This record gives sequence, C-alpha cells and structure tokens, in this order.
Amino acid sequence: MHWINFPVLAAMIWSGLLIYWANDVYKVRVGHDILFSFFPEGFYKKLHVSFRLAEGMAFHFVFMWLFFINGLVYVLYTFFSGEWRELLPNKRSFGEAWQVVLHDLHIRKTAPTQKKFNAAQRIAYTGIIIMGLGSILTGLAIYKPVQLGWLAFCFGGYATARIIHFILTLLYCVFFVVHVVQVIFAGWNNFRAMVTGWEVVDFPHKPETAASVTPSPTAHAPAPASQTPASAAPPLTPAPAPSQNPQPATHA
Amino acid sequence: MPNPKPSLRERLRRITGRSADLPIQKQINRRTFLSFSAFFLLGAAAWKTWFAIKDAEQSDGVQKPLRKVLDVDDKIFKPTFSDNHLAKTYPPNQAARNVRVNSNVGSSPQGFDAAGWQLEVQTLDKGTLNITLDELKQLPRTEFAFEFKCIEGWSQISWWGGVKFSDFITHYGLQKEAALQYVGLTTPDEKYYVGIDTPSALHPQTLLCYEMTGQPLPVNHGAPLRLIIPVKYGVKNLKRIGKMHFSNERPRDYWFERGYDYYCGL
Repeated sequence: MHWINFPVLAAMIWSGLLIYWANDVYKVRVGHDILFSFFPEGFYKKLHVSFRLAEGMAFHFVFMWLFFINGLVYVLYTFFSGEWRELLPNKRSFGEAWQVVLHDLHIRKTAPTQKKFNAAQRIAYTGIIIMGLGSILTGLAIYKPVQLGWLAFCFGGYATARIIHFILTLLYCVFFVVHVVQVIFAGWNNFRAMVTGWEVVDFPHKPETAASVTPSPTAHAPAPASQTPASAAPPLTPAPAPSQNPQPATHA
Repeated sequence: MPNPKPSLRERLRRITGRSADLPIQKQINRRTFLSFSAFFLLGAAAWKTWFAIKDAEQSDGVQKPLRKVLDVDDKIFKPTFSDNHLAKTYPPNQAARNVRVNSNVGSSPQGFDAAGWQLEVQTLDKGTLNITLDELKQLPRTEFAFEFKCIEGWSQISWWGGVKFSDFITHYGLQKEAALQYVGLTTPDEKYYVGIDTPSALHPQTLLCYEMTGQPLPVNHGAPLRLIIPVKYGVKNLKRIGKMHFSNERPRDYWFERGYDYYCGL
C-alpha cells in the first residue's frame, strides 16, 4: 500500500499539473512583487505540459479512485491491525518531535527513545493521512461544487478549495523530498524493511539471539543495528522466524 | 541433522527462507531476495500497465480505458444531482463588469444576421417551432448572479437574465420532448454543439439567456440567445443557440469529441 502511493501520487500530480497549466494563476506575492509564479515556462516545456487539459482531467479522474481506495484500505488496515497505536502522535510526540528534528540535523547528540516510529515520524505519517483526506475532500468540492456545495462552502468556496488542493500537492512534494532523504540516511536495513515488511534487529543483551528477523518496518533503524552489522553477528540459535504478514510498508 | 526426506512444506520453508534450520543470514538473504523480486516484478507490471493505458486506442479524443472510467464516474456522480442543489447566488453588484470571453467557435460576429435570427426547436409531433427573441421575452424573466466556472479552472461571478429552460418547456408544451434523456443544442452554423442531460437542463437555474450584467447580451457573449447552465462547466453554456432537439441518444458534443467527459456536471 505504501508503494502503490508512489506511482499513483506521481500520476495524480502529473495529471494535476496538466490541468493546472490551463489556468496557471497561482503566485507567491509580497505586496505587488511577484516572488515566484507557478510555474516557469521552461518547467512546462521540459515536462511537455502544455495543451493537455483533457488528458490531464481524464487521468486525474481515473487515478483518483486508486488514490482513494489505497488510502481507505491503508487506514482500515492500520485501524484493525492496531498499527495505529504506533502511528498516532501521543501527548509527548509534539514536544519530542522537535528534539528528533534537532537530532537529525546533528544539532543534538541524542534522540528521544522511541518504539517503532519516533515522534516526528508519528506526526508526519499521521499528517500525511490527514492531507490525503484533505485532497480528497477539496478535490470533491472542486469536482462537484454545486451538488456538494456544502463541501465547497466548508473549504471557503470553489476558488479557495482549488488553492488548498494545490498547496496540499506542493506539500506532498516537500514530504516526498524529506522522506527520501531520511530513508537514504537511515540506510539499507531500513530501506529493506520498507520493501519486505520486516527488519533485522540485534539484541545486544541476549547473545544467544544475536540477530533475528523482526517484523517491523521501521523507517529509522535503531542504533544497535547499525553499530553491529547483522552479518558480523555469530549465527546462533535464531528466534523463531515470525510470520511475514504484509505490513503497511510492504509491497503489494 | 536435517531430515533426509524433508516434507514439501519444509522444503518450501527452506526455499522461502523461513526454516529455522537455515543460518540466520541465509534466512535474511532469501527473504530479502524474494521480497525484492516481487517488488520489482510488481513495479514492472505497473510500468507496463501505465504505457498500455497511455498508448491505448482513442475513443472521442481520449484513451479508451480512461473513457470507460470517465463514463463510470458520470454514473457514480449523477445521483448527487438534485433540483434542490442550487449554485450559490450573489447580489448583482458583486458581479464582474468585465465578463471574461473564452471562445467564439460557432458564434463569430462575421456574417451573422441577428435580426433574422429565430430559435429552431425540433418537436416530436408538432414539426419545427420557430421562435423569435421577442416571443421568448414575453415569458417570465429570471435573473441571478453566480460563479461561472470554466473547465480550465478559472471562475468569475457574473450576472445573467433570461427565461428559465423549464418555463420555456412548459410554455411551449414540450413535456413529451423533455421526458427524453438529452437536449442537443447547436449554433446556427452547427460549428459548436453540446449535449445536455435533460434533468440538468430542467434545473431551476438553467436559463435561455438574453441579458448580461443588466444589459442585452453582447455578441461576444452569444447574442441573441445563449445557454446559462450553472450546474455545468462553461463549455456546455453554448453561445448563440440556433437549433434545439431532444433525444434518448447522446447528442454530439464539441468538447466530448476532444477528450472531455460528457456529463461535465458541477
């Protein structure tokens, strides 16, 4: 489900860009000075965006279903599997998240203790779900602004709903960049976990189970794992191999 | 000692790296290899599917698989339509003075005789009705300002006046025609044409419009008579209506043929 997001979101953003081109009025302005105008002509040229509104709408109104269904299945899975406990921010998360950020930027030496996901991840991964919901709702408000007039009203009207929809898309791009950078820094064990749904964890306190396979798709490899590469650990009696059920972070 | 004749299940467990007999590193390697193989296979399948769709044969200006889904989208969202869902209206003083013009396919000012214009309505059993603008102006007048929405993405509050399509149907006794599924409208030269589902045409805000911003409709906005239909994108708001007919078949539609969805409902 995690990996379906990548091509689906890519298709949605690409087709959304084809649509946006037809009326590309959004700009960042300070007073009367235009700081940045979405998007420069060269950007359109490079991506061959121009004069493809119909195609963009067609793709957008097809892939919206995949985006919606994938998101719905993910939320239902997280709910029924109990995974939501790992993902929802709790009372401490908001304070801790800042320390995680400082740690990741190498300003702070230690990171707060965490379970599967750290505080910043909890906020980011819950936030992205809310953003997804926001995209679906603003999308519906733009798609049927008369029949679902109440929805358009909730987002401040048709034109405002369009702006929110657009900003959410920009935020996905920002999320994507940060996410990929973090994954690169987190290393191989973590990336493997994102694909396979399990991760190799060393237990330094119990030498008889020096390494074992734990079904745990963390995005931040816990420190011990990186200090003692699994390959260096003597292959003693491994813990019973856990079932390899698909996790939210698995393929499929 | 490993079993000399391992069961099929045990062999499978070994191949998939789940057997506890295997060294831990082997378990890890095998399971990683299998997962990544599946990952790349599925990725390749997605890649293939994408290009299969992109390069698919076209149907009315868009790839066939996409056209099918667009038609399904229409079916799914049509039930949200109701005569009670009105486009929000605004006080006329909020309406734009400079009303945007996007296109004049079929309503070019050259070679058009506005004085001789009549609306041609094909009926089922009364032949063709020819209706003049003065006759239409005798009917009850309705006006409102609403946010006109273009399929390109812009929107603008504009103020329109005319006769409600539903009043027009009642006055000319066209109930039998209006029971059919679609209304087809074309410009006099038939260069621009739209098809509209009759329920949307009968929506209380659909106008046969002859006034804009409190003035007679200008030529570049579709004089003498145009359609104003707030439950559709601008592309369906045909300018300079020449002919009208009713049918259970989808009438031709200019932008549908160029890849847009037929319903275009808002």
